Amino acid sequence: MTSTPDRNSLTAECGSATDPAVPALALRSITKSFGDFIALDDVDFDLRQGEVHSLLGENGAGKSSLMNVAAGLYAADRGTIEVAGRPAAIRGPSDAQALHIGMVHQHYKLVMPFTAVENILLANPSGGFEQSLQHTRQLISEKADLVGFDVDLDKPVGALSIAEQQRVEILKVLVAGANIIILDEPTAVLTDEEGQRLLEAIRKLASSGCCVALVTHKLHESLTHSDRITVMRNGKVVETVLPDRVTAPDLTTMIVGETLVENRHQTTVSGKQRLAVRGINAARADGLATLNDLSFDVRSGEIYGIAGVGGNGQSELVEVLMGLLSPSGGDIQLDGQGDITGTRADERRRFGVACIPADRQGFALAGDLSVSDNFSIGGVLSGKFGSWARLDRKSMARETRSAVEKYDVQGVRSDAQRSALLSGGNAQKLVIAREFSGSPTVVIAHSPNRGLDVRASAAVHGHLLSARDQGAAVVLISEDLDEILLLADRIGVMNSGTIVAEFGAPADRHAIGKAMVGHG
Amino acid sequence: MEFLVNWLANIPGFALPFALGALGLIICEKSGVLNLGAEGFLLIGAMAGAGAVLTFGGYPLLALAMAALASALLSLVFAVLVILLRVNQVISGLTIVFLAQGLTSLIALKQGWTNKAFTGLSSLDLGPLSDIPFIGPIVFSQDLIVYLTVGLFFLAVHLMGRTNAGLRLRAVGENPDAADAAGINVTAYRFVAVLIGALLLGLAGGYLTVVVSKIWVDGLTGGRGWIAIALVIFARWRIWRALGGAVLFGCIEALIPRVAAIGVQVPQYFVLMTPYVVTFAVMVWTSLSSNTASDEPGALGRPFVREERH
Repeated sequence: MTSTPDRNSLTAECGSATDPAVPALALRSITKSFGDFIALDDVDFDLRQGEVHSLLGENGAGKSSLMNVAAGLYAADRGTIEVAGRPAAIRGPSDAQALHIGMVHQHYKLVMPFTAVENILLANPSGGFEQSLQHTRQLISEKADLVGFDVDLDKPVGALSIAEQQRVEILKVLVAGANIIILDEPTAVLTDEEGQRLLEAIRKLASSGCCVALVTHKLHESLTHSDRITVMRNGKVVETVLPDRVTAPDLTTMIVGETLVENRHQTTVSGKQRLAVRGINAARADGLATLNDLSFDVRSGEIYGIAGVGGNGQSELVEVLMGLLSPSGGDIQLDGQGDITGTRADERRRFGVACIPADRQGFALAGDLSVSDNFSIGGVLSGKFGSWARLDRKSMARETRSAVEKYDVQGVRSDAQRSALLSGGNAQKLVIAREFSGSPTVVIAHSPNRGLDVRASAAVHGHLLSARDQGAAVVLISEDLDEILLLADRIGVMNSGTIVAEFGAPADRHAIGKAMVGHG
Repeated sequence: MEFLVNWLANIPGFALPFALGALGLIICEKSGVLNLGAEGFLLIGAMAGAGAVLTFGGYPLLALAMAALASALLSLVFAVLVILLRVNQVISGLTIVFLAQGLTSLIALKQGWTNKAFTGLSSLDLGPLSDIPFIGPIVFSQDLIVYLTVGLFFLAVHLMGRTNAGLRLRAVGENPDAADAAGINVTAYRFVAVLIGALLLGLAGGYLTVVVSKIWVDGLTGGRGWIAIALVIFARWRIWRALGGAVLFGCIEALIPRVAAIGVQVPQYFVLMTPYVVTFAVMVWTSLSSNTASDEPGALGRPFVREERH
């Protein structure tokens, strides 16, 4: 412990004391394993004062583990940490805080019913309650001005948007006096525009003398918004490079170890109309109208992409399409079945409608049940694995094994393994394996690449494309515009609960972006 | 008029065990520990209070302190189970109730405390104040614990809402992971909350014997602990609403003997059933009026495990 905590000083600006030649934070030969799994293997990483340093890699490459070592959440098995050139022992988050290291995690550590001030006060107590409430409020507004944040301090944090909650988290570490700031996948949950604003704020932080470690798997933002890029793969550092000396394909090669470029796949073949959605109106359980006169149609053999900023009714649209939410007006026509508006979810599944929901662990899988149970549940309902009185576990296991192989679901040690143990990408592949096992005629996919790395999302996209090529009508609802542009044959833009514009592929990115944010 | 004064003057005595019990439960549950053992803590307190008066030959205030301590002692068992060993909180709470039922009967029998009447704590006589018509008997002729309880409610509201400790306690019950990340010792806060909650429940139990019945019989608390649990749900974990609910139940309980006294024929078992029917109605009403803001702790009943990889 060489540095003294100085969190309440109003004048403490970022990195005032360090010599620019010495790295503000240096991790040397860090090794960390969990059981047999080696998460970090002799990793070196350093952060200089005033820089934004991206840490790039696939899910499970060890980026977050490395940063958790710096933040005191994981104890390294071997290796040393230096802060401003002096050896530092970080035994827990409080040691890290005393060394002015602050980390914003992917999952926010906020108490939702509390206001921003209360949340920040909780982590940074200073004397009596009433005075510290005032004091904290003052500190927050100073830090917020520094980075250009605008946050409502008196609303419960739970009522704020994800982007605002993230700002509260960042302000929390700044108020705590951090000048070494670690952001774990900060843009993963933000829209393009919000992400851009965050990256600008990060730049402001760095120019005020802080150093920022930006953990990400987005090539684009590390190329345009960082001073140095360190690429990790399989728990090792591949290389540290300067962004103006590399290209995106170079980085992709470093990340996955081989060249992996997804090309646009389009089809000119389109069959007859398979799904028609006409004038749907719907309201959420709390009465808020979310879908307003929404119409679109999808032909067989095409991917219809629905782009839009999150929270414009996408989740409700998925629920309406799957029969989980009944619309207050409008109807859904399915080729060969007629009007299916009033049918239940299980009936729609029998008609050949498959769904890949956005929240896979919440809606698509039962985490505590086995891989085999999760895969077979659809077939069990349709009586494929025996009558109600008998369950043919043998054929369930057999079909699961072949599906796991066919869809390349990795990390399945046995078909009795709990599905919660699968990583995001493999869980998604399992969902797809199940949903596609009945050869669906309509596929509804909501943000299918959310939280997935390059390789896994390429695999998921491949499955969607092959479903299309086999004649399914695919509805792809995604907040990731790149995903839409890559896959969709036609694009509808969703805004305030309705489709405000439609584009044929190849579409103009800027025109779509305009339609996404327009209309008030 | 006489009926009214008599009724109103008796309400605080009936309402107090509910009020103290509900307050204890709220403090405990605000830390995220679901306490279904309320009935058990009341029983232990009630028996310990009676036992202490009989043993020391008086000293009712000391006896009430013993009641609170006995309950706190039992709560240590509960706290170790649910906080350290992370046993299911529902099952642990129920276990405490049954443990206390057996334990109190056994100890009271062995010590010969059962069915022995004693002089407990009597009401205060504040001289001229108590003689004021109407107001005197209602406001100035209560026992010491009634006034103490009113003070405790003000104190609890202040501690919960306007202090750092209260803020942390609520954070622990709302999102223990966030509290832990903020450097708060979740385990310690939960332990202290369970202990304070049990002290108040024990005091409520002691009040039932030392002040109200002035005698111990097996199962004396008669399900008041369960009513206190229902009250907390009714109050949506808000302290002042819990006091309001307790007074409402006090009104009903105080009314029953008085209605019988003026000669209205009511079947005995219907009378005994009334508080539970009201509890039932209140809970149905609570769940139907879903627009009322709830302060239910987000992590209620969920044990805290520090996040580790897989």
